Amino acid sequence: MEPLTWGEIFVRVVLQLTPVWIALVVIFALSITFKRRLGLYGKLFDSTVGMIGFGLVMFWVFAGILGGPLDMIVTHDPLSQISGMKNKPPGTALLSPDEGQYEYFLLGGDNLARDVFSRVIKGAWIVVQIAPMATLFAFMVGITLGLPAGYYGGRLDTVLSFLANLILAFPVILLFYLLVTPEIVLTGIPNYMALFLFVFPLVFATILLNSRYHTQPKVRTPLLIAVIGLLGWLYLSLVSTNGAVVATPDYRIVGLPTFVDLFDIDPGILVVFVSVVFVNSPTVFRIVRGLAMDIKTRDYVAAAQTRGEGPWYIMLWEILPNARGPLIVDFCLRIGYTTILLGTLGFFGLGLASESPDWGTTINSGRQLLRAFVHPAVVPAVALLTMVLGLNLLADGLREESLRD
Amino acid sequence: MGLFILRRLGVMLLTALCLTFIVFWLTNLYPNLEKLAKTQGNFRMSDEAVASYLDKNGYLEPLPVKFGQWLGVLPGWVKEVDGTETGKCFNAGTPVEARPTFCGVLQGDWGSSTVFKADVGGIVAERLGLTGKLMFFVMLLMVPMALLIGVLAGMREGSRLDRSLSTLSIASTATPEYVSGVIFIAVFASSAGWKIFNGSATSAMEDATFVNFTLPVVTIALYGMGYIARMTRASMTEVMTAQYIRTARLKGVSFGNIVLKHALRNALIAPFTVIMLQFPWLLNGVVIVETLFNYKGFGWVLVQAAGNNDIELLLAVSVVSVIVVLATQLISDIGYVYLNPRIRIS
Repeated sequence: MEPLTWGEIFVRVVLQLTPVWIALVVIFALSITFKRRLGLYGKLFDSTVGMIGFGLVMFWVFAGILGGPLDMIVTHDPLSQISGMKNKPPGTALLSPDEGQYEYFLLGGDNLARDVFSRVIKGAWIVVQIAPMATLFAFMVGITLGLPAGYYGGRLDTVLSFLANLILAFPVILLFYLLVTPEIVLTGIPNYMALFLFVFPLVFATILLNSRYHTQPKVRTPLLIAVIGLLGWLYLSLVSTNGAVVATPDYRIVGLPTFVDLFDIDPGILVVFVSVVFVNSPTVFRIVRGLAMDIKTRDYVAAAQTRGEGPWYIMLWEILPNARGPLIVDFCLRIGYTTILLGTLGFFGLGLASESPDWGTTINSGRQLLRAFVHPAVVPAVALLTMVLGLNLLADGLREESLRD
Repeated sequence: MGLFILRRLGVMLLTALCLTFIVFWLTNLYPNLEKLAKTQGNFRMSDEAVASYLDKNGYLEPLPVKFGQWLGVLPGWVKEVDGTETGKCFNAGTPVEARPTFCGVLQGDWGSSTVFKADVGGIVAERLGLTGKLMFFVMLLMVPMALLIGVLAGMREGSRLDRSLSTLSIASTATPEYVSGVIFIAVFASSAGWKIFNGSATSAMEDATFVNFTLPVVTIALYGMGYIARMTRASMTEVMTAQYIRTARLKGVSFGNIVLKHALRNALIAPFTVIMLQFPWLLNGVVIVETLFNYKGFGWVLVQAAGNNDIELLLAVSVVSVIVVLATQLISDIGYVYLNPRIRIS
C-alpha cells in the first residue's frame, strides 16, 4: 500500500483522537455553562490564556486516561515490534497487516519497530499518573513541615531550613544519579525514604481533623478512626511489597501480608517517585514557610490566638486556607516541573525500564539516531512540551484570575 | 556586613561538609562498591574476589575513617599484600621517605579517578575550563536577550507586545533542554531538516565555531531566558507604576527617556538576584546539553563519574557544584545589598 500523505496522516490522527475531542467538548461546555458557580475554577474560563492552558492539559489527561487503562485511542500495542517497520517515516503502511490490525504506523516506527503514536499515548498515562501524585505528596510534606517552621520560627525553623537548603544545594541530576540506580534499590534506601515521605498525608489528615474536632469527641473519635484506618491501610499497601516493607538480600522488615495488600508498586517506579517527591519537597517547604511567616502577623490570626485556639488549628484552619491562592498556582507549575524531572530521569535512562513508553525514555532511545531519523524523538518531545506549556499557561491564568479580586 | 559574610561562609562550609558526607555514604554502600570492583576487575568476579579487591584498595574500612582519610584529617590507609606495601598516598614504587602520611583534600590531593585513570584535580580543572567556555557564551546570549525581552514587555503592561513576549517567555520556561535540544537538532542538523549546524559539539572543545557551538549554547540559554525575562518584566511593571515615573511623565519627559534613564536602573535590581540564582539551574542544563551534544565538559564528567561510581571524582564534582550553588547565593545576597540601598543586613 502507498504511504499516507501529511494531510491524510493529520486527518487520521485527529479521527483516532475522537474520544479525546468529545471529552474536551463536554468538559468545556459544562464548565462554561456553570462557570459562575464554580469559584476559582470557573473564573479560569474568563481568561483566554487560562482556557488554552486548561485545554492542553486536559487533552493529555484524557489521552492518558482513555488511551492508557481504557485502551481506546492506541492503534498498536506499544511494546510489540512489527517486522519491517524499523525507523519507518510517519504514515508508512504495514507490510502484511493481520485481520483487524490498523494498517498504518501513523507517526512512524521507532528503532525497535514499535508504533510511535501508540507509545506517546501510553506514555501520557505514565506521566499523568506519576506527576500529579508526586507533586501532591511533595505538597503534603512541604505543608506539614513548612507551617510549623514559619509559625513557630526559632530553632525548629533553623534546623528544618538548613535541611531544606542542604537538599536544594544538591544538583538535581547528581542526586538522581546517586539515588535512582539498581544498586541503591538493593540496599532498601528507597523503601526507607518511601516509609518516611508517604506517611505525611496520613499525619496531615490526622492533625487537620483532630485540630478542628477535638472539642467534639463524639464526632472526632469515629471520624479519626475511619480516616486513620483507611489512609493507614493505603499507606501500608503503598509501602509494602510481597509482605515486606524493606526486603534486601540480608534482611527484611515484615509489612502488610499479601492478601490485604491492595497494590504493589514496581521498585523502579517507586524509586523514581520517591526521588521526585524528595527533590520537590524542600521548595514547597520554603514557599509554605514564607507564606506562613507573612500570614501569621494578620489580625485574624491574632483573633484566633486570643480565642484560645491551638497552634495547629491556627496553622491548618486559619493560615493554610488564606495561603491557598499562591499554593494552587505553584501546584500547577510544579506538576509541570515534575513532568520535566520525570523526563530528565528518562533522558538519562534512570529508573524506568528501557522499553517503558514514557516520554523521557522514548526521547532518550530516539536521540541515538536523531541525525538520521527524527520522528521517534521529536514526537514525545513535542508531547512533553505541550503538556508543560499547558500547565504553565494554566498557572498563569489562575494567577491572573486570583489576583483580580 | 563582615559578620554576615563570615556567618554565611560558616554555614556554607557546614553544608558542603554534610553534602560531601552524603555523597560519600551513598557511593560507599556495599552494592555500589561491588559494582566498582566489577567494573575495575571483571564482571564475573566471585564474591570473595570482590571482597579481596575492595580490602586491598582500602574500601572496606569504616565509613567515618574513610571520610577522614579523604578529607585529610586521618592518616591514609597502608596495606601490606604479598610483601609489598601499598597505601592511599603512595604506590609500591614510591621511596619510603617520600611517602606522606596524610593525603586528602586539605593537602590538596583530590585522589585519582578510577574511570579516567588520572588525577581528579587535573580532570576537573580541564573539564571546568571547557564548561566555562560554554557558560560564557550562554551568559553572553541569555542575559542581554532576557533583559531586553523583560524590559520591552514590562514597559507597557497589558499591551499586545507585552502579551506576546510574555507568552514567549512562558513557552521558553516550559521547554526543558532535552526537548529543545532534540527539536533543534531535528530542524537544524538532521537529514530531515536543514543541515545548517552541527548536531555534535565534540569538535567545539578545541575550536568553537558558529557551526558547531550554536545549538548547545542556544539550547541552554533558551530555558533560563524565559524565567529571567519574566522576573525582569515583573520588576519593570512595578517600577513603571511608581510615583516618580508618573511625576516624570507629568513633567513631559519623553517615554524613551523615562524607560532608559528613570526606570531601567531600578528595574534591574531584582533580575540581578535571579540571574545569580540561575547558575545552579544552568548546571542541570549543562549536564543535559553536554550529554546530548557530546561536549565533554564538566557535566559530561558528572555523568561518567556517577554512572561508573567513580567515588573520588564524584566527590570532587559535588564539591565544585555545591560551591557554585552556595557562592552564587552569597554573591546574590551581597550584590542585592549594594544595588539596593534600602536593604540593610543587621
